[in-house]
Order: sequence, then structure tokens, then C-alpha cells
Amino acid sequence: MPNGLRVLLAPDPSTPVVAVAVHVDVGFRSEPEGRTGFAHLFEHLMFQGSESLEKLAHFRHVQGSGGVFNGSTHPDYTDYFEVLPSAALERALFLEADRLRAPMLTEENLRNQVDVVKEEIRLNVLSRPYGGFPWILLPPVLYDTFANAHNGYGDFSELEQASLDDAASFFDSYYAPGNAILTVAGDIDVDETARLVEKHFGDIPARPTPARPSFAEPLPTSERRRSVPDAHAPMPALALGYRLPDPSAELDSYLAHALLGSVLTDGEAARLQQRLVYGDGIVTDVSAGCGLFGSPLDSRDPDTFTVTAVHPANVDADRVITAVDEELDRLAADGPDSAELSRISARWASSLYHEHDRVMSRTLALGSRELLYDRAELAAELPGKLALITPAQVAEAAGRLRGQGRAVLVVEPTGADAGSEGEQA
Amino acid sequence: MSAATGSSTVRGHRDAATIGRTPAGPRELPPLGRARTAGELELVERTVSSGLRVVAVARRTVPTVELRLRIPFAGEERTRAARAELLASSLLSGTATRDRVRIDDELAAIGGDIGAGVDPERLLISGSALAAGLPTLLEVLADVLTSAAYPDGEFARERERLVERILVARSQPRMVAREALQRRRYGDHPATRELPESDDVSAVSPSEVRALHAAAVLPAGSTLVLVGDVDPEKAIALVEEILGAWSPPGTATEMPPLPSLTGRDLLLVHRPGAVQSQLRFSADAVPRTDPDYPAYQLANLVLGGYFSSRLVENLREDKGYTYSAHSMLEFSPSGAALLVETDVTTEVTAAAVLETRYELARLSAVPPTEAELESARNYAVGSLLISLDSQPGLAATLCALSGVGLDAHWLRGHPARLAEVTTEQVAQVAQRYFTPTVFTGVVVGDADVTGARLRALGGIEGP
Repeated sequence: MPNGLRVLLAPDPSTPVVAVAVHVDVGFRSEPEGRTGFAHLFEHLMFQGSESLEKLAHFRHVQGSGGVFNGSTHPDYTDYFEVLPSAALERALFLEADRLRAPMLTEENLRNQVDVVKEEIRLNVLSRPYGGFPWILLPPVLYDTFANAHNGYGDFSELEQASLDDAASFFDSYYAPGNAILTVAGDIDVDETARLVEKHFGDIPARPTPARPSFAEPLPTSERRRSVPDAHAPMPALALGYRLPDPSAELDSYLAHALLGSVLTDGEAARLQQRLVYGDGIVTDVSAGCGLFGSPLDSRDPDTFTVTAVHPANVDADRVITAVDEELDRLAADGPDSAELSRISARWASSLYHEHDRVMSRTLALGSRELLYDRAELAAELPGKLALITPAQVAEAAGRLRGQGRAVLVVEPTGADAGSEGEQA
Repeated sequence: MSAATGSSTVRGHRDAATIGRTPAGPRELPPLGRARTAGELELVERTVSSGLRVVAVARRTVPTVELRLRIPFAGEERTRAARAELLASSLLSGTATRDRVRIDDELAAIGGDIGAGVDPERLLISGSALAAGLPTLLEVLADVLTSAAYPDGEFARERERLVERILVARSQPRMVAREALQRRRYGDHPATRELPESDDVSAVSPSEVRALHAAAVLPAGSTLVLVGDVDPEKAIALVEEILGAWSPPGTATEMPPLPSLTGRDLLLVHRPGAVQSQLRFSADAVPRTDPDYPAYQLANLVLGGYFSSRLVENLREDKGYTYSAHSMLEFSPSGAALLVETDVTTEVTAAAVLETRYELARLSAVPPTEAELESARNYAVGSLLISLDSQPGLAATLCALSGVGLDAHWLRGHPARLAEVTTEQVAQVAQRYFTPTVFTGVVVGDADVTGARLRALGGIEGP
């Protein structure tokens, strides 16, 4: 659109529902030092009302129209979305446009949402075992720059210092229409939807879009190790972090790493499952793959290949790490066999079809891949691309992991909670 | 952040008040367009000769198929949960003709997966595959159902892992609260044994699990749901052919009825050093088959069944006590219970108990308004439409309904039943089922910090 907003329309006559998503090109990697957690806090504020919508109205209008909503903050983007019966399409566009045009940022709502976010962090990190493992704990071991290393949920003291002026500055800097993508999918007529998009988003004035900073940093050349205590965890855990190839520049190589993760840990027949879980019997659960949140292609470069394992206290972490190294060495030398790889590609194809089946997940994949890589069409292309990855490319991926430095994070139970399963008071 | 943080931010940004205003001023919310209803399901249902009920639905959005097999799986013995959990975790570890790796390889080749989970009520086997792989998916399933071997070595390893996983599960505050609530609500009823005791697990032998499999993994009384890019008639014919050998006598066992809940004080359970408290309130509710159900469903939505509810707007959006607050229905073959839950920071525990009780009382004393009711009604209809709009969503819903004797016919009729509910009906239901005195429950938290204020509120059991 003339104001810079990019619009993706993906009609699907087979469904009675529509999904509307706004992806904004700012995530927690862009938040300033001294304001950790601000991108996520700001996501909460965007639900607190706008010029035409008092506090609570957004939720009420989406749900009162029969829809569901959410938002989430990622390293490189923030998304806002709703899925509704298609009769509510125009209403959903109105709601998204109103907050992108003129959100109501107030001191009272800011303080309320700081409290809510602190409860979210207590729930998901502070009061449970393995809280923030590995997504908060691993990056500071693998990365050196503030952008890549800091805690995206934020420190309580910095959340408390967040001001209304911070919010105004953040909005003006990052929430320009030219820094966002609108995706509409499902039961829509393309011409009519284009007209409605123009009607509701067309008069949002263009504003300068921020220059996108590079978050690049050199590959680690050695192993970096850190251990963290966990008062709630009953067993030790470890995470290995490696750098991935840039998915924008080397997509096939990135995808070879995704398949490598599956060769290692997806399914009972996977290499590390067979060796560590069943063969040596030294690990309770093990998982490997692209990204810090369990799904590939969710951030720009630099991105992290992650291996995590939970194991009994009488097993030395180095036994697990050595076994991972040996399996990677073996794969680097011999590669997976081609039948093994084609089975894994079939599972990937199946899971990508599932992503496509749900209008919400399809819409979010379209928007995020367009924002991150300018390639919404990746969703449709991925099964084919994955099927073409060769054993040699997976071997190369394994060799690449072995040829670089890495992060090793060890979670050590401190036993503070031992035996306190709860007693009647 | 100030404007000075770097070249990527705007220098001299607008202030918050300016951002929230435009020259045109506030705009009017557009009306809803014409509602479109979901198309008719292309569904075939048949009970095959083994007694297994099969439901097959065509949903050709993507070339995959989704499978759910629900086997009623209740048992009375105290150690039943240990054997049942081991059966589920070892079910795919080998058969007479396939070992664990071969099972996984065959499934992977069709882009497939099978997993099993168990609770006090049922064994649930879930699977999916590329649609062309349905015969293989059913063949592997049939092999597992008819000749799961629970090989000694594999079994011993799964038993060790299960003990470790139980350790991790019981370190979750959510699980501590769940177990305390189940004991508070249902005493020693089998429904309370959702997670087995580690010692019981360690004592189970493979032969005991083989015996349990032979006695309880039964087709009669069970339901198999297939949803996907399939022809329903052909899919059922495939099931008859491939699962035909799974035909032992007997009928799968339903859970005995849960005892009725009566109002009781909240039990305070001490977790030293807890940074949050778990609040759990529960009372009897009405099942889907009850004529009051649609009105109850709407009353519950208004209370805490979705985000735009009184509980969320009070505890989260007004007070900032919690990240989330919910009230939800839990169904069993014999009835239903309401569960109201929220996790709050330790310091506000008593205040959050007070506000939760206030909202329960308010629902019975100040019935939902027309506007609250319309919102809840639209949400109930719309969110049902959305939840059914994927192969896994549709399969899971049909499978859950089968557990309480309902089917797609009930689903089709539900929007019309919701449309007929009146404000008076909701008010009556609210008064009858939501008054705070009918609730029981637990508060799990640091009693040293929260105890005095909680006791001052009253209705708390504990020192």
C-alpha cells in the first residue's frame, strides 16, 4: 500500500473461518539495553485499547464475534492475530487497523501489564523446574552481544522502570505501517478483502521505517561452558547451542540442519534416541533441531541449533556430550542412509501439511516467512525442498557443527525443593 | 528507551497522548457480515463385528489422515495407574513381528506417528500419516493391539524412564496442585490416580502389563475416529479388514461414577518458598446431555470460560494478580465438574481468593447481562466452528464426544441449542450451580506467608 504496509491475501474456499495477522518487524533482539523485556511488554500494551476501542474492547469484540486471538513476541518479530467466523472479517480488520493507527498508551495500563507480565514470568520461569530452559539460559552462553544474549522476558527491575515515554518511542520507531505485514487468509473474496483493507488501513499515515540493524556476530571458536543452579529441577539437564547457517543466504544448508536434528532425535529410531535413551540408557529425553523454541525458520541470522537432554544425576554430562559428538562425527563421515533420510522427509511433509490445514498456523507461517525472508511462498515450497536435501548435505551440516565452537549449558539441581511435594498446612 | 538509543529509532517521537488520537477521531465498529455455517460433514459411522465403533470423516484439505482410538480403561486397584502408564509408554516397544525401531521406521516411511496416553478413564491412541499410508498406519496399529510383546529389556528401560518422568512431573507446581485438588474432591476414587507412584511403577513386571493388555485393551466399547483425505466407506472397509483380527471378547471398562461434590472449605497446602500460589475451586456441573447444558456453558463463559470474562477482567486486567484465570468444565462418563483456577503471586493470595469468591457470588446474585450473554453465545458458536476446522481438531472432538456417548449429530445441533438459551435460564443456572458455598478446593502456596490472611478470610482449612 502507499503507506508501506505489505498485504498478503490467501483465499481458501474450503473453510468457513478467516484469519487476520499483523506481523511487525521488531522483536526482543531490537529492544534497548536497560529495557529487557520491553518488546514483549509492548505487545501486551497493544491489547489495552486504541482510539476507537477502550480497554478490554479488543478482546470483547473478537470473542464476541465468535473469534479467538493472541499475540506473541519472537527474537525478530511480534505478531498479533485472530481467527473468526468469516462474517467478522471486516471487524477484525478494523480492530487491527485501529491499534496500528492509534494505540491508547496509558500509565495505568502500563503498570497493570507490568504486573501481568511479571506473573507470566513467575508462572513460566521462576516457579517451575527448567524455567527458561533453553531459550533464556542458552543465548548468553553462545552469544556476546546484548541483542543476541539478553533475556527476552526481561528483568523485573527493568520492566518496572519502563515508562510511558519508552512505549511512545517504541511505537513511533517500530510500528510504522512500512514495518509491518498484514496477512488475511481463509474464507475471503480477494477483491472485496482488498477493498476492506484499503478502507481500514489506507489512511494510516506513512512514517519512516527504522533501518534494520545487523545482529551478526562471529562464530564462537571454542567451547563456552556455563552451569546454572535450579532449585526446582529434580534432575540435571544440558543444552548444546551451535550457530546455524543464515537461512536467507543458505536455505538448503539450513534445511539440512533441520533434517540433521530429526536424524538425531525425531522418533524411536533416531540416532540419539537409540543410543542415549535406549542403548546406553543414560538420558531420559533428548531433542535436537533448529531454533530456540523448537521450530525452524523463526528468526533471521544468527539462529541457533539446539540439543537438549534431561538425565539422571548419576550420569556425567560429559558422557552425554561425548556421545553427541561421536554421533555427529559418524554422520559427518558417512551421512544418514538415503532410506533413513527419505523417512524423515516424509514426516516433515506430513507435519507441514498439518501446519497448512489450520488456517491460524498457515496464516502465521505466511506472515512470518514473508517478514523474515521475503518469502511467504516458502510454506508451499518446503516439503519439496526438504525432499531434495541429500545425505551428503546432512553430513556436511554435521561436520559444520563439529567444526565450530559451541555453548554448553548445564542445569544443576540445587535440591532446595527436594521432598517438598506439598504437605497439608 | 529514549530517542537516543540509536540510529534505528525516531528522534523526537510523539508522546503517548498524541499517538492515541487522530484528526478523524474515534470510528465506529463495523457490523458483522452474513454468517456462513460449516458444511455438512461427510461422515460414516459403523460398529464392526468386534464391537469397535468406527467413525470416518472426509476432510480433504490436506493429503493426510488423523486417527484417534479411545479405549475405556478404568480399574479399581490402587496400583492400576502404574501398570496402565507402563502399558501406554511401552505399547510401541515391540510386537511378535516388529521391534521398536521397525515400528518407527514403518510409520516414518508414511510420514506417520502413533502415540499412546492414559488417564484414569481411558487409553487414547493417537496417530497420523500421509493419507496414502492409511493401510500401513492401520497395519501397525493392528499389530500393536493384537501382539504388543512388552519385551523384557525394552520394558525395563521404559520403566526407568517413567520413574524419571514422574519425578519431573511432580516437581511442577501445577501437578502438585492437581493432585491436592483430586484428593480434596474425590478422596480415594480411582479418578485421583492420574500420575502413578514411583514405587508402584518400579514394582511392575512385564507379565503384569501383558496381562493388563489382554484383559483391558478391548474393541467392544471403544471408538476409532479417522478424519482426513479419505473416502469414509473405504476407510471403514479397511478398518474391518486390517483391524479384524483385534476381536477379543469382553467390553472395555468405563470409570465408576465420581462422587458428588459438596461445598467445603478450601484446603491450604504448604509449599515452602513458593513464589506463586495455585488457587483451585471446584463444584459439580452439568454434562452435555443435560437440558441445562447450553445455559450452563454460557454462564461459565461469562464467569471465566474465555478471556472476555469477569474473572479475567477482574483478576488480570484490573488487579494484575495473575497472567491467566480460567473456569472450565471437566467431563467424565458419569457427569461433569467445574474447575476454576488461577496462579497468583504469593503476596496477593488471600486477595485473589476473595476476588474469585466475589465473582462466583456475583454470577449467582447479578446474572449476566444481555450483552454478556450475546458475547458468550457468539464465542461458543464461533470457537466451536474454529476448533473443528482442522483434521486433528475434528478428530479430537469426535473422540472426546464418543467418551460421553455423543456424536456428530450432537455437534450439528449445538449452535441451535445455544441460540435458544434465554437470560432467565442463565440466571437460574448461575444461581443453582455457581454460588460459592457449593465449591470445594485447594490453595497451594507458602502457608507461612499466606496463611494468616487466608484464615482471616474464613473458609480455609489448615492451621
